[in-house]
Amino acid sequence: MEKIVTHTGVGVPLRRSNVDTDQIIPAVYLKRVTRTGFEDALFAAWRGDESFVLNQDAYRNGSVLVAGPDFGTGSSREHAVWALKDYGFRVVLASRFADIFRGNSGKQGLVAGMVDQDDIELLWKILETKPGTEVTVDLEQRTVHADDVTVPFQIDDYTRWRLMEGLDDIGLTLQHEEDISAYEASRSSWRPTTLPAKHLPKVEIEPARPVA
Amino acid sequence: MNDSRPGAADEELAMAGTLAEKVWDAHLVRQGTDGAPDLLYIDLHLVHEVTSPQAFEGLRLAGRPVRRPDLTIATEDHNTPTLDIDLPIADPTSRTQIDTLRNNAAEFGVRIHSLGDADQGIVHQVGPQLGLTMPGLTVVCGDSHTSTHGAFGALAFGIGTSEVEHVLATQTLPLAPFKTMAITVNGDLPPGTTSKDIILAIIAKIGTGGGQGYVLEYRGEAIRQLSMEARMTICNMSIEAGARAGMIAPDETTFEYLEGRPHAPEGEDWDAAVEYWSTLRSDDDAEFDAEVVLEAADLEPFVTWGTNPGQGLPLSASVPVPAEIAEEGERVAAERSLEYMGLEPGTPLRDIAVDTVFIGSCTNGRIEDLRSVAKVLQGRTKADDVRVLVVPASARVRLQAEAEGLDVVFKDFGAEWRNAGCSMCLGMNPDQLQPGERAASTSNRNFEGRQGKGGRTHLVSPLVAAATAVRGTLSSVADLDLGEDVDLTTFDGSPLAPLNAPSFV
Repeated sequence: MEKIVTHTGVGVPLRRSNVDTDQIIPAVYLKRVTRTGFEDALFAAWRGDESFVLNQDAYRNGSVLVAGPDFGTGSSREHAVWALKDYGFRVVLASRFADIFRGNSGKQGLVAGMVDQDDIELLWKILETKPGTEVTVDLEQRTVHADDVTVPFQIDDYTRWRLMEGLDDIGLTLQHEEDISAYEASRSSWRPTTLPAKHLPKVEIEPARPVA
Repeated sequence: MNDSRPGAADEELAMAGTLAEKVWDAHLVRQGTDGAPDLLYIDLHLVHEVTSPQAFEGLRLAGRPVRRPDLTIATEDHNTPTLDIDLPIADPTSRTQIDTLRNNAAEFGVRIHSLGDADQGIVHQVGPQLGLTMPGLTVVCGDSHTSTHGAFGALAFGIGTSEVEHVLATQTLPLAPFKTMAITVNGDLPPGTTSKDIILAIIAKIGTGGGQGYVLEYRGEAIRQLSMEARMTICNMSIEAGARAGMIAPDETTFEYLEGRPHAPEGEDWDAAVEYWSTLRSDDDAEFDAEVVLEAADLEPFVTWGTNPGQGLPLSASVPVPAEIAEEGERVAAERSLEYMGLEPGTPLRDIAVDTVFIGSCTNGRIEDLRSVAKVLQGRTKADDVRVLVVPASARVRLQAEAEGLDVVFKDFGAEWRNAGCSMCLGMNPDQLQPGERAASTSNRNFEGRQGKGGRTHLVSPLVAAATAVRGTLSSVADLDLGEDVDLTTFDGSPLAPLNAPSFV
């Protein structure tokens, strides 16, 4: 996971509350075998609408989503976070998040920062009056800066630490690489390995055919 | 990488406790402190096409290799067709998943047994038949029926895609300890009753959530008397009781099954392994978090009537009458189940006619299952209008069955003899029920739509499936006109005729 201490990018005002994961990415896109390439699936139902914020040139390349309360409710699909990240978002700001979505975000390196709804309104006003305004999110200071406004955001200490260190679960485990290697060195030799492959002699398998 | 000594440090840690705790302790890479999870080493990682693509993709994105390709093995099972396996897979989504697995295996150096290969098959048959599944291992797979491997005294459980990636990258998993439940089955099973009936009865008793958070340890005389394959059937369905895993302490039956298999230890390693494996049992004074006791003599062939594996009853019973169920939640659930299943309350289970009989899956698609079925079907013909599918769990099982002439018995009976795979257990490949179609199935889940949209599933043992295929209605071997000379106790998975060579499937 990439370290993220500060991030600066175009802010996108999404004036909607209760944006659930079905709206973030509909179920039809879950059959895919990849973890990337979900950008076209993001907000799929809304993308056809020309007036949708991401269809406007000033916001098209946005990376900081400023949304209404209760963002990410509904199913546990990790695809919702993948879709946001694939589109290019690194930060979502809202006054409230669904727990599972927030947890998934932390695992995948997407900052989910909680900002008071009054401050969200302030950010919306700036981003709407000056489309294309860049927003700077500082995890060290836990602040959001846009135009001449700086507001605080909340994020739990553990997630903040992991984001700033760029540590996903795997990264965290690999911090104990020495312990893993030491364990491996003590494993007894009867424990099986799949390689080199051993098996009974190869035999031709006859395909079964439909019965008439 | 391995210590040169046959028996090294990991097993010297074994201390008083349950079987599950002993295996857990032997795999501690790091003990969690302050509420953090333990870090557990994984001995064997089984991979299939459905739950692995995003995990490999994650590795690729992070630039990580598979840490231990030599502890990883892949096979194709969920999406694979069981007919015309030499032709391109018709469904593009299935084909993509299969191709993705093949490409990932090649890129990351993971051993794979693809469709058409003699070692292809359902992942939970492939591991044991190759001798990779052993007592005292930790075994994981992105598949809930990984609990199957617990039959050997391994700690084996299903994991999600993020965890699959975690194991590929680190060969470990951060885990909070499980609770333990002892399930003791005393006495002897009555003739015509099998390990499938034991596990269906257990799930009906403790419920589909009864095992949540637990590792179940099956013990008692009735369990000891079971063959390895029969034990696998029980452990396989631990997940249907909500459990994380199921385990059976290894014994002579386990060692006999393993000895001589391709990956079984040899020489000094074998001796050291058996010595260690013999210590893998719950100590007499070990304390379980919960205990359940069943008497085998009380059991009879069990079938499910509803839409979860806990909605099961002895075959001699009748479809429940929801109005007589006091607890409201259960009553409503029963009403909904019966509506979906198209069943009238109070109907004797034996009167239920089926359209399809499915014999196969990671629960009951092994050689002993096929032998037992063949003994019932031999010299008979199927009921009119019933479709009978016999699907071996692996290509090797198919070869072995053919070597024993079982395929001829099935075909003469009027059954379809297929190539190996998950087949009709789940609607991911062409073998599916049509809406409203009713099946007696030796598989593990009777959820709505599990075997195909609108399909109705009755979970049964291989013997009940066979008898049902003969009569066309849910039946047991006791309903068949078996001659006086037929020994009911021979439905034990033994070959129909003495084998010329040892069977390693």
